[in-house]
Amino acid sequence: MSGEPQSVKTLSFSVGLATGLYGISFGALSVAAGLDFWQTMALSLLMFSGGSQFAFVGVIASGGGVLAAVLSSWMLGVRNGFYAIRLAPVMNLPALMKPVAAQLTIDESNAVSLSQEPDVSKQRQGFWLTGIAVFVFWNLLTACGALLGSMIGDPSDWGLDAAAGAAFLGLIWPSLTRSKLLVLAVVSAFTATMLSAIVPAGAPVLLTAFVAVGFWLVEIVRNRK
Amino acid sequence: MSLWAGVLIASGLVYSWKLFGHLVPERFVTSPAVRSLAALVTVSMLAGLVGIQTFSSPEGIVFDARVPALAVAAILFYLRVPFIVVVIAAAAIASLLKLFI
Repeated sequence: MSGEPQSVKTLSFSVGLATGLYGISFGALSVAAGLDFWQTMALSLLMFSGGSQFAFVGVIASGGGVLAAVLSSWMLGVRNGFYAIRLAPVMNLPALMKPVAAQLTIDESNAVSLSQEPDVSKQRQGFWLTGIAVFVFWNLLTACGALLGSMIGDPSDWGLDAAAGAAFLGLIWPSLTRSKLLVLAVVSAFTATMLSAIVPAGAPVLLTAFVAVGFWLVEIVRNRK
Repeated sequence: MSLWAGVLIASGLVYSWKLFGHLVPERFVTSPAVRSLAALVTVSMLAGLVGIQTFSSPEGIVFDARVPALAVAAILFYLRVPFIVVVIAAAAIASLLKLFI
């Protein structure tokens, strides 16, 4: 991606490690919210989608109840379905492998795969390596966070909140060289930020999908002419 | 609903989205229009995440240490600095700014 010959392996490992570090704060927050160690691990192993997991424990912590926690994590997970639709034709997997790939279909694995366009084999390699790296680091560090708990303090003191934004920016960076996608990204970031002030967590990212639909319709109309 | 039931049901529901996307019939997803939409939606949602992770907080939209950190990250990506170096630099800048401001 950014550096010329940076290999897919290095990129996947870096993304896995950077994302995994966020797992520490998830583990700590989850235990603080009142989940026990194994419930926390079940979320990281089975749900395995950072946004949905933070939403689940966030709702529990704020006293919103289990049903509300289930619904918000479900809603936040929709975007993985869109990623899977992008990935399916690229991956072209046998039926038996689809359930495995599905579990690893998250923001990071899709984003690294996207950053390797148009090379299909590098896109596949990026998906698997990143998915596995994030899974391993995310779960190991969730366990550390759950065990260490409150000793870590606020993850934003370590700048981890800024690191997450920078990481996603880096992953879409190669796409931004196309001016149409750059405009789409700026409009989407602005829309999501504005929406985040007025709608519940999880909804803004989903609603930005409509920005993409708008761009898509304009593209179709133009191609017809 | 018990907490354990909630953890397991929510995990199943989140997985169902992931699996659904992989099982949509190939005939449907190989149409150029659908592939183009899925690619646009991906860029759009990831860009949305960048915005939210940089500006949003429980108190609303804020301009804090994350904003200069992201600006520096953008410059470093432009200069083709390797990914992991940029991410670490962004975290370092944000945590230092929080210390001094």
